[in-house]
Amino acid sequence: MKLTETLTDLANPTRFLALTARILPWLAGATAILLAIGLYQSAMAPDDYQQGATVKIMFIHVPNAWLSMFVWGVMSVAALGTLVWRHPLADVAAKAAAPIGAAFTFLALVTGSLWGRPMWGTYWEWDARLTSVLILFLMYLGLMALWRAVEDPSRAARAAAVLTLVGAINIPIIKFSVDWWNTLHQPASVLRMGGSTLDKAFLWPLLVMAIAFSLLFITLHLAAMRNEILRRRVRSLQMMQASRVTFASEAAAGPKEIGAA
Amino acid sequence: MSLGPYASFIVTSYALVAAVVLLLIVWIVADYRRQRAHLKEIEASGVTRRSGRSAADIR
Repeated sequence: MKLTETLTDLANPTRFLALTARILPWLAGATAILLAIGLYQSAMAPDDYQQGATVKIMFIHVPNAWLSMFVWGVMSVAALGTLVWRHPLADVAAKAAAPIGAAFTFLALVTGSLWGRPMWGTYWEWDARLTSVLILFLMYLGLMALWRAVEDPSRAARAAAVLTLVGAINIPIIKFSVDWWNTLHQPASVLRMGGSTLDKAFLWPLLVMAIAFSLLFITLHLAAMRNEILRRRVRSLQMMQASRVTFASEAAAGPKEIGAA
Repeated sequence: MSLGPYASFIVTSYALVAAVVLLLIVWIVADYRRQRAHLKEIEASGVTRRSGRSAADIR
């Protein structure tokens, strides 16, 4: 009951703006503190007996890779919100998340590549994990292009929501690609049946960094949602302004006789 | 803290993540300022929301 009331309250963009104005500074502060702790722990983590110091790339690569999939998950829930519940903020949430998700996916690809060169001897390999993440990155770019191409936000919202839900098929493919196919990329070592195989010296900094990056996403996402709400207000006011100008110029031209020669 | 023979790969990774995250933050802050400026400009021209409340007042 309480949750339904909260969701109904948040459906009102004005209330959403007021609420986020209050919580954003706290979120930003918590993100900065956790990032600082995570970076310190990452710097202090011991070298791996096989990988040496390159294991430090894991502390930024893995959170970005997790978030690349998580953000698409958030967008998929928002897509359901647009198509099924017609929640007024669902499309705003999806549109605001896409560039942030694209940035995390880009970072997962590039840091993975920089980690792969010393460990595998190559920057890139067309294996199932790397290729499916590249497809995810291209899907983010495609969605962003779709939102830009369609001027009417409500029409763009429905098309983007359908595309997002179709693209969600790629998420389990990315997650299980290392189990289903023979890949150069290693299998899951944290989120797996039977528990993590990582030593605590690596697991703790990784978890702190993962929470810090998740908080970073929430902070950036809420801020980007606020911007999107303002952008839509600008658009509706500009349309009101344009219709007033048209009405005024028609009134100044005077009444026209129908069928005049 | 020694980063070993692959220090350049590690430093480049961290620098790139920092640069992209900073870029995201700057882009979002700049976008917020741009939208607020647009709203104030339109409202100054006499166009207001049907509710009568200022669109730029979001607190």
